[in-house]
Amino acid sequence: MDFETVIGLEVHLQLNTATKIFCGCRNDFGLEANTCVCPVCLGLPGSLPVLNRQVLFSGMKVGLALNCAINTFVKFDRKNYYYPDLPKGYQISQFDFPIAKNGFLPVITGGQERRIGITRAHLEEDAGKLIHDDRTNATLVDYNRTGTPLVEIVSEPDMRSAQEAYDYLTALKLTLQYLNVSDCDMEKGSLRCDANVSIRPRGESKLGTKTELKNMNSFSAIRRAIDHEVASQARTILSGKPVVQQTLLWNEEKGMTIPMRSKEQAHDYRYFPEPDLVPFTLTEEQIDAVRRALPELPYARLRRLIGQYGISEYDGTILVGDKLAADFFETAAAMKVDIKKLCNWMNGPLMKELNDRRCRIPGLKLTPQDLVALINRVEDGTISNLAAKDVLSDIVETGKDPNIVIREKGLAQVSDDAQLETIVDEVIRENPQVVEQIRSGKASAAGFLVGLAMKKMHGKANPKILNTAIQRRIANV
Amino acid sequence: MDLFALTAHEILELLANGKVLPDEVETSVRGRINAVNPRTNAFIRTYQENKTPANAMPIPIGIKDNICVKGRPVTCASAILKDFCPPYDAAVIEKIKASGGVILGSLNMDEFAFGSSTESSSKGIVHNPWDLERVPGGSSGGSAAAVAAGEAIWALGSDTGGSIRQPASFCGVVGLKPTYGRVSRYGLVAFGSSLDQIGPITRDVTDCARLLSIISGFDRRDSTSVDLPVPDYALGLRRDVRGLRIGIPKEYFIGGIEPAVEKAVRAAVEFFRKEGAVIKDISLPHTEYAVATYYIVATAEASSNLARFDGVEYGLRVLPDKPRKTGIVDMYEETRARGFGDEAKRRIMLGTYVLSAGYYDAYYLRALKARTLIKNDLDKAFTDCDIILSPTAPTTAFKIGEKTSDPLSMYLSDIFTIPANLAGIPAISLPCGFDAGGLPIGMQLMGAPFAEEKLLSTAYAYEQANGWHSRKAQL
Repeated sequence: MDFETVIGLEVHLQLNTATKIFCGCRNDFGLEANTCVCPVCLGLPGSLPVLNRQVLFSGMKVGLALNCAINTFVKFDRKNYYYPDLPKGYQISQFDFPIAKNGFLPVITGGQERRIGITRAHLEEDAGKLIHDDRTNATLVDYNRTGTPLVEIVSEPDMRSAQEAYDYLTALKLTLQYLNVSDCDMEKGSLRCDANVSIRPRGESKLGTKTELKNMNSFSAIRRAIDHEVASQARTILSGKPVVQQTLLWNEEKGMTIPMRSKEQAHDYRYFPEPDLVPFTLTEEQIDAVRRALPELPYARLRRLIGQYGISEYDGTILVGDKLAADFFETAAAMKVDIKKLCNWMNGPLMKELNDRRCRIPGLKLTPQDLVALINRVEDGTISNLAAKDVLSDIVETGKDPNIVIREKGLAQVSDDAQLETIVDEVIRENPQVVEQIRSGKASAAGFLVGLAMKKMHGKANPKILNTAIQRRIANV
Repeated sequence: MDLFALTAHEILELLANGKVLPDEVETSVRGRINAVNPRTNAFIRTYQENKTPANAMPIPIGIKDNICVKGRPVTCASAILKDFCPPYDAAVIEKIKASGGVILGSLNMDEFAFGSSTESSSKGIVHNPWDLERVPGGSSGGSAAAVAAGEAIWALGSDTGGSIRQPASFCGVVGLKPTYGRVSRYGLVAFGSSLDQIGPITRDVTDCARLLSIISGFDRRDSTSVDLPVPDYALGLRRDVRGLRIGIPKEYFIGGIEPAVEKAVRAAVEFFRKEGAVIKDISLPHTEYAVATYYIVATAEASSNLARFDGVEYGLRVLPDKPRKTGIVDMYEETRARGFGDEAKRRIMLGTYVLSAGYYDAYYLRALKARTLIKNDLDKAFTDCDIILSPTAPTTAFKIGEKTSDPLSMYLSDIFTIPANLAGIPAISLPCGFDAGGLPIGMQLMGAPFAEEKLLSTAYAYEQANGWHSRKAQL
């Protein structure tokens, strides 16, 4: 039987506002346990929440960027459940009036553009963290994370493969990074994702029974978990058994899922309106102001870069994939420089420098001006490509002017004919067999001599000129 | 002269004239506590706060045990909070301290304010100073009893369904529930968050006005607090009631009211008529749904508000002798089973039930709709009335133990006070007579939102002409 996979994703995103969602505590992490807390986020008796307006704005930004309608009626609800990391015994969330609903995200997947539907995005507070202490065999609670603002983004069941889910997440993360609402770091837990997966016979319109996958800590783990679950559901159905609706925990090391205990799944959250926060109404003007302040989003930028600079979709996708790299590119492109060369340098040597250092553009001391200057020194023949890469490695660390580095390192190519001729003579004299080969028609052997000569000149020769000189000399002898 | 028996405004006058010192007042009140508290059990604990430099109003005050005082135990008269000390002052406590108020200690109450008799306290029953065999009302029974017994010049209570007014009525003192949002709830341990208000319990209307001025005002830490200026309520007391439109709701004079209560309240109506007020018979047709509506909304909110008492972070933690269930469930169950009293458990279960899947629409949602209808009744009434006058409670103070086995009849003692909480409007209870047994009777005046000045001036006119407040409980 041929099955179609149906996937919907729930993404929890920690927002990077300066303070927490309902109190004035810093919204920070990596601090010593239970040092970033107050009566409100500890849920102490008598404390009351106050909505951080910045969280509302971030939520509106996310909603608008995902082409959603914004609910002008802003209301919060209590989601009641017991867990030691939840100090109040309920989570303040949004139930029937999410800040945003009915949107979509354009995703390039499998070489074509798809619109993945966004059901809703709602605001809520994060819980604390449980830490198991092996020495005392006790569970400890760190409440620093309690009250961290979250937006939960729920997609429609629009994805048809694990790869589509992966591509959606990549596009979503990029959009969120452009909005600058979160650092979107799965390792730190600032972006978390659960997947709802079902399969159905191809052509069937009714959805199959879904399972919910949790505990994936990277996009590729999500892809692996979905692939694993799809295969598992297919085996179940083919063996004549029904798929059981349940929540499964992904075990990355073992590459398998473990069902959560059924008791933990039987939740009745008893949602009801949060009486401590008064609902209010947003005006169209307020929503428009947020809309006008939205940055250009990655998909729109890709289209513009292709149109404006004539770069390829491939190059454009790489550049847009890092907002800061694209910003850097556009600053540099405004200067006097060959755009194609700039693209090659950014997506080639510069990318290598970033990868080597495991950092992003701001981690380097390179300015767009200096990169352009360096590219132009290659173009005007001052230095070789090879030498330029050497200069790049230097200036990304030191932030020095590339012209000064070229001078200091003596990397400018030798244009002194006399010195060049002397070296060429030496190379020819020392390698009679190679010269013979060239003479007998094996022209490619000249490359070997160019390499030797270049070595003697510490890379400071222009390889084209060297090649011409060697060819001419051999012909003349 | 027994300083403890004076009102705050009398004491302030003596202080201003240099006739007494603040310490003498405090000593007198603390002496009274030592003398009579063993009989009333109004105070759960007393303590000495450091004196604040401000001394504008160094009046000894008692605080209901659900209002946070920094570094002092706050237990809501429940075992589950054990010896929890909040690391912060409630907004009203900041204001009391800023005014120079002398905080005496914590006043007894029904556990988590769940009750109308202060019999559900884990710290023992409070006895009515007028008759020690009787309840002081509740849930602010400790506050009302302390003020009536001279154990505090004035006190703070909280009112979710009548918890200030009904005990004020039973103890012959004045109690006011402010408009929802008038007084910050920050630092009040929540019972029914959409209903709760902190308010004054005092010996007369003048003190009520003064204490209300101290504790009122906008607080950005409470999103439900309202940003309106706070008048000096004591300055607006002397107003003629001539032409004042007073509504008498027929639904509040029904079977079940003790004849003495009805008689006293009817007499008060006649007083106002003679003084030139316009008396109007009005109808609040949805009144009969108020108690049911209240017990759904209030318990739903309470079930959620009390979820935090789980033994994890603070308060009582009990582990079973032998593990029964996996993980932490054992601790939750044992802690809550031992920590909460019967009434708290009853309300948590009721609230959990009405919010449960499949029952939400039938109970909670319908209760919200009924609440709107009750509020609409009152809004409409206030388009042609300034004040609505009624008994505060259908009866005078009942005997200890009389209603503990019948929660429903206990719930009905709040029948006249609950609508003001559901509608968020201000209401005051003041003495309007005594029954044949010498027990005080209270009448309630309700007003439109933020009409506290009108409530107080109307109450003041009645009080000054009738003088019931000057009769004191003999202990």
